[in-house]
Amino acid sequence: MFVRQSKWLVIVASLAVAVLVGACGAPATTAPATSAPATTAAQATTAPTTGAPPAAASPTAAPVAKKAGDCGTLRLLYWQAVTTVNPHLSQGTKDSDAATLVVEPLAYFGGDGKPVAALAAELPTKANGGFSADGTTVIWKLKPGVKWSDGSDFTADDVVFTWKYVSTKETAATTLGSWEAVKTVEAVDKNTVKVTFTDPQPDPSVAMVGTSFRILQKKQFEPFIGAKSKDGPNLATIGTGPYKIVEAKPNDVVTFTMNENYRGVPQGKPCFKDVIDKGGGDAPSSAKAVCQTGDADFGWNLQVEAAVLNPMVQAADAKCTLAIAPGGAVERLLLNRTNPDPALGDKRSEPVEAGGQPHPFLSDLKVRQALRMAIDTTTMATQLYGASGVGTCNIVTAPPALISKNTSCKPDVDGANKLLDDAGWVKGADGIRHKTVGGKDVRMHILYQTTVNALRQKEQAFVKDAWAKIGVETELKSTSGGVFFSGDEANPDTAAHFYADVEMFTNNPDSPVTWLNYMEGWICKEVSQKSNKWSTGNYERFCNKDYDALYNQALKETDQAKRDAIIVQMNDFVVNDLVIIPLVARADAEAINKSIKGYIPNPWDSELWNVADWTK
Amino acid sequence: MPRPYAYWCKMNQYLIRRLLIAIPTLIGISFVIFAVVNIAPNDPMAQFALNPAVPPEVRENIRHQLGLDQPWPIRYVQWLGAAVQGNLGYSFNSRLPVLTLLSYRLPSTLWVLGMAYIISILLAIPIGILSAVKQYSLIDHLVSAFAFIGFSVPTFFTGVLLILIFSVKLHWLPFIYDSTLVVKDLDSLGQLLKQSAMPIMVLGLFETATLARFIRAAMLENLPLDYVRTARAKGITEYMVIMRHAFRNSMLPVITLIALGVPGVFGGALITEQIFRVPGIGSLLVSSLDTSDIPVIIGITVIYSVLVVLFNLVADILYGFLDPRIKYT
Repeated sequence: MFVRQSKWLVIVASLAVAVLVGACGAPATTAPATSAPATTAAQATTAPTTGAPPAAASPTAAPVAKKAGDCGTLRLLYWQAVTTVNPHLSQGTKDSDAATLVVEPLAYFGGDGKPVAALAAELPTKANGGFSADGTTVIWKLKPGVKWSDGSDFTADDVVFTWKYVSTKETAATTLGSWEAVKTVEAVDKNTVKVTFTDPQPDPSVAMVGTSFRILQKKQFEPFIGAKSKDGPNLATIGTGPYKIVEAKPNDVVTFTMNENYRGVPQGKPCFKDVIDKGGGDAPSSAKAVCQTGDADFGWNLQVEAAVLNPMVQAADAKCTLAIAPGGAVERLLLNRTNPDPALGDKRSEPVEAGGQPHPFLSDLKVRQALRMAIDTTTMATQLYGASGVGTCNIVTAPPALISKNTSCKPDVDGANKLLDDAGWVKGADGIRHKTVGGKDVRMHILYQTTVNALRQKEQAFVKDAWAKIGVETELKSTSGGVFFSGDEANPDTAAHFYADVEMFTNNPDSPVTWLNYMEGWICKEVSQKSNKWSTGNYERFCNKDYDALYNQALKETDQAKRDAIIVQMNDFVVNDLVIIPLVARADAEAINKSIKGYIPNPWDSELWNVADWTK
Repeated sequence: MPRPYAYWCKMNQYLIRRLLIAIPTLIGISFVIFAVVNIAPNDPMAQFALNPAVPPEVRENIRHQLGLDQPWPIRYVQWLGAAVQGNLGYSFNSRLPVLTLLSYRLPSTLWVLGMAYIISILLAIPIGILSAVKQYSLIDHLVSAFAFIGFSVPTFFTGVLLILIFSVKLHWLPFIYDSTLVVKDLDSLGQLLKQSAMPIMVLGLFETATLARFIRAAMLENLPLDYVRTARAKGITEYMVIMRHAFRNSMLPVITLIALGVPGVFGGALITEQIFRVPGIGSLLVSSLDTSDIPVIIGITVIYSVLVVLFNLVADILYGFLDPRIKYT
């Protein structure tokens, strides 16, 4: 009997040990989350006081002037992980942000959309002889004495090389489109670069500014220009910026440490010695990690529903503040001007000139107006986006000089109903409006598509509900983002094919000075159709010669103020003709630890553009 | 007991035959995977669709650089040729060899899933035996309840629940897995245990529940049999009856189940790894699916299928070792 019992005891004991090892881990350490680096030795043995949040570990003595590297480790959390640190092969913001820690441009776009010199000694202006009167050349003076992190000198040759690297088509640089206006880049001397543009630029000084223009080291990347780019040291990029790469695990984490050769070091920059850029997971738990547990200091792009995010941020013990950077991103409804009826076969959603038909009811301005009037975008934005979005009437939403004051979009369900009644769209027995158009009875049934995304599906439901109130029937469809934005000409479900009546997504210009590139998306030439393999950006198949004329006029206009005025006119055109229904002006929402100072939200460049100035 | 020469000879023949059969099986599997992934309408270029910096000709260039401009059957032959030589191609996203990417990921996955697996085996065996021996007792009911909760509550729920309890409320455990952590002393070992505790718990709960139910059922099948009664009649202790006789025989199907579960340890845990940001094979697969990183998707699934085929064989061989009644012909 005794033997038997003791054996069972052993089993139970081993069970208990297993539970301990598996479940409890080593509970005797405090979360290292917010502790200052100086306390590492002590923290291992401090027993936690159950329930109480770990001491906020704010710097005890008020620091006088911090030296470079005094602030410890900065932990960035992205819900998409870095795959390359080469800014010109970047697959998205997560990659170009990581590259921003390492490489620099001649100038950044600051938080307000205005350029801020980085590698350039000063911004070129007409006054300092920086650019020619005809707007085709610009002279950049470089800061003297800048060094790469390997100790070698940064020179004009590196700028010339970067242009060659990107503009060699075989390199397959994802920034090439931004460089297309550049004809040549020449080194005048060691510290002077001359850039020549193909066409006159209204403001040549900003034509080489921003995320797409980070400068690579010639010595490091010269052997990997062209088709060999994929074999290059893309995870060990050398730069002039505040940090250098220690270790990169693609799709997971990249660790950086201070670049001792950074020119800001004597001024105490950067304050953070190390940076850990961790990727993966999802936005809501990123918010948790920054705001509730303090496991991370900075959470990128928190696309989290207001109902989830607000309590986390507004809690009394929240460790974060939410930084909102309103840029040009607008969630919009695109209204198809052509008939997507499957019965048309090959000719569905084709412009009339290509044998298609106009849309049976969306061609009617009154219908488009009624559809807009039914939607309360302000309520939609507050309910679904919270701090990271506001209802908007415009498609051009920043910078302030470009925001139109001539548009309005007050919701008015009764007005919408009246408008449709007056236009002859009457409700049938099923409550859905219909009208005889061209001898055929047309029922207002809308196929409304977007990407698979929890927030978007809620928006769809919101809009469907609103349209039901004016007698419009809505059928919802959602497609995986990878398919929806696919360039596959054989796939009928893409946004460009637009085999639906209405579709929804967000788009934005890539910098505060490229609005015109973006507005190009509604000129006739850009109409997406079979003959151009659906490769152009005018998905609505909107074509109007007055709009084209405005666009051409803006292209030629070299006076900034006049050009801005034309862009406002173009915005009004797109909005008043209801080419699209703007819904929500979206802002990047970033959560950042309360103890970090110096962060300036920036929708126009990388959020990490001034990371060297961040302190604690 | 020692086995005759003829047994080993047969055994060898059997092994060789099974390995030969595995080759066409694996080629078939890889073909199906390749076809499905490539026919699927996801486009690796989709992320650039609205990016004005990436005009269509750049997209074409990237497509060419990735070799996507060739029809997939040709790419399959090229891929197979390279795969036989141990080259699974390059990731579209990071442009690194797939095998290198996997080698970054395997340690985390093996550590977290392996620990969860070992712990759940260690827990499930005593729990399963106990609940079978004390059938319909309070313990048995508790175990059954635990088991049903374990395999019916999804990991995305238990995962988030644990985060809320241990990270957000109690601040005991971090929920972001740090793969840069190097274990060099007790302190860092403690950190490793802390950061892997929650994913191991989540996965362990599920595995333990499944295995415990299975072991209980196997034991219940054996306990009423004649040989057990004979053993009792010999007068040996109840403990010996259960452990020496009933348990050994019940383990046969359990061993198969455990062996077949091993490929899963290498394959990673899709949801749990995602929740806790464990940089394992599972989360790599999820992010590759998101961005249509075809070579990585194919690499992971093919390696997984190799392991499944391999461990099927291992299970069959183990079975023969444990049960002398089984003959290889």
